[in-house]
Amino acid sequence: MKKLFLSLLVTILISTLSIAQNRTLPSVDVKTLDGGSINITALENNGQPIVISFWATWCKPCKKELNTIAEVYEDWQDETGVKLVAISIDNSRSMAKVAPYVNASDWDYEVYIDPNGDLKRAMGISTVPHTFLLNSKKEIVWQHKGYVDGDEDELLEQIKKLAH
Amino acid sequence: MLKKITYTFILSFLTLNSFAQNNSGEIHGDFDLNMQSYQEDEIIGAKAADEIILNNAYLNINYTKGDFTAGLRYESYLNALMDFDDSYKGNGIPFRYASYTIDGLEVTVGNYYEQVGSGLIFRSYENKGLGADNAMDGIRLKYSPLKGIYLKSFIGKSRTYFTYSEGIIRGADAEVNLNEALNLKTKTRIIIGQGLVSRFQADINPKFKLPQNVAAYSTRLNIINGGWNYSGEYAVKLNDPVGSLTTEGNNYANGNALMSSLSYSKRGFGIVAEMHRVDHMEFRSERAQEKQYIINYIPTLTKQHTYTLLALYPSATQTEGEFGNQIDIFYKIKKGSLLGGKYGTKITFNHSNIRSLEKGVKYNTENNEVGELSGSFKNDNNDFTPQFFSKNGELYFRDINLEVYKKINKKIRATGVIAKQSYNKDVLEGKTPGTYGIVESTIAIADISYKIKKGHTVRIELQELLADGGEGSWSMGLAEYTISPHWFFAVQDMYNWGNHDVSKQLHYVNINLGYLKGANRIEIGYGKKRAGIFCVGGVCKEVPSSNGFSLAISSSF
Repeated sequence: MKKLFLSLLVTILISTLSIAQNRTLPSVDVKTLDGGSINITALENNGQPIVISFWATWCKPCKKELNTIAEVYEDWQDETGVKLVAISIDNSRSMAKVAPYVNASDWDYEVYIDPNGDLKRAMGISTVPHTFLLNSKKEIVWQHKGYVDGDEDELLEQIKKLAH
Repeated sequence: MLKKITYTFILSFLTLNSFAQNNSGEIHGDFDLNMQSYQEDEIIGAKAADEIILNNAYLNINYTKGDFTAGLRYESYLNALMDFDDSYKGNGIPFRYASYTIDGLEVTVGNYYEQVGSGLIFRSYENKGLGADNAMDGIRLKYSPLKGIYLKSFIGKSRTYFTYSEGIIRGADAEVNLNEALNLKTKTRIIIGQGLVSRFQADINPKFKLPQNVAAYSTRLNIINGGWNYSGEYAVKLNDPVGSLTTEGNNYANGNALMSSLSYSKRGFGIVAEMHRVDHMEFRSERAQEKQYIINYIPTLTKQHTYTLLALYPSATQTEGEFGNQIDIFYKIKKGSLLGGKYGTKITFNHSNIRSLEKGVKYNTENNEVGELSGSFKNDNNDFTPQFFSKNGELYFRDINLEVYKKINKKIRATGVIAKQSYNKDVLEGKTPGTYGIVESTIAIADISYKIKKGHTVRIELQELLADGGEGSWSMGLAEYTISPHWFFAVQDMYNWGNHDVSKQLHYVNINLGYLKGANRIEIGYGKKRAGIFCVGGVCKEVPSSNGFSLAISSSF
């Protein structure tokens, strides 16, 4: 039975490799800061690249990443047309702090909340920060786990590869 | 049975794969592995493992094709790490599901995670790294008949470790976004919600008449206007004697919980004021079980700290009764001002205060007299009800902290934190009252990072905790060197120099090396971990001290 299971698993993985060339966003709803909800597949940036960054108000490296990018975000937008979407995984313990934190930090990002981790699980995220880069067809072309100082430079290089 | 279902799921993946030719769907997932060796260290009290190494791992696989999705999780505990409950044992596929959406109706069968409102009456969730998972197994339906109206209902059994509860959990929830539903163009947005959850468990107890169906319901309201946001939820749970069933211990009273938050924010400034009151509101998937069977979530009303010494004494909600309030202020001093400097300065303030419920009225059923009681009460009982507000109840937890972040120049960034915390060790760790009392601590932290050259950064953290009670004072130092985008190296030492027991004035040194590339992360470490208390989802567990090597691999595809 175990062998059967393993061989099935391997078959799946092999078939995955052959089909998962264009990875798209899963159809999952997230909350907007004004109490509504939006399906993540509805994200739009007129054919320009989109960065999706998962974060939380209690996550130091996440805030460091987003605050660092906030300092240069205008330049990035002018240069590449990129849009950054920050998805908070704060649950009901700290959800009320998301909008005040975002506003106080002067972020110009689109911000959504994924309070019970539905999108996080659908996108295979085990820890935050976790950053994805989407091309003009909203396919995931690059991803990165964690954040250390300087990682934003690599992200910008990847964005530039996509920008026309 | 479980195995058969799993194979059927896998076969259906394959069938779908082979049938669909052009757009054959996508398979994604993630893998996590945590391995740790355990060597004996008599000084810190760490025990060796008979197995020498222990290993936890899991793999998630999700298959998606259009509006159809199915998936499973393989979990492996050979054997479980020491800070996990040893009921996690062996291998298995405890999580598998299939789901589709058509014309606004979403149907899920198998395992799912769900939350009603803020979770006061129901939350099933997972935090794999901490060993928490109370997934449901059953059926869930979600339906949106009109824009702005969201309905859901579910039925199932709740998971604890590798088993499912005896209780059957049923739930329904309706949320209406009035602006969307009625197409209102007003500036004020209003969202209302109503949830109901009920547990059925047969009463086979010969001695007590136990309610077989226990209901809990909650009503919530969210009003948003410009920078203002009010959010409130009130929940009630009907009579539900839980835990060890004894004549003295049984409490048939109803429970309730209220949480309320008001926030205001504009560019550069944000403030949040929150309160909650909890009274006998623990909801479990089985009557006579422990806290690992909790299926609701009363969010802890304190800041979730990440600096080690700020989180040394963590708070956790006392679901039998507490009254708490919290305030958070976020402020960014503008660039170019005297205090803001060239890059601006960020200030974060947080204060929380959690107490027991107090006083109350006692009903004498014989002559219908009402008398007042004094002192602290844990919760509602058949005989008395505590007061709504608690000003002088027993202190459970208090935290005042201030954080300042400043980018000094292109190379240097600094964070400073000062905090004062009071921690009721007896209550929060479930010890006999009067054993330890309240641990008062004062904490200071400096966190400085220096960019050496492009991609190379060194970061130093210095932390100090001064306390008389508990384990006394601690110091901590951390040095981290990172090379973006692939490498990090860290060494840290925690030193319990102020322990009243001189033989316990110990160093806990840890070294970590990590490599990251794209979707993969590998970390190896060696060191000693202190015994401590860790809280997750309202459940606190005492983790033993340990000594050894660790390996962590995390990957996502």
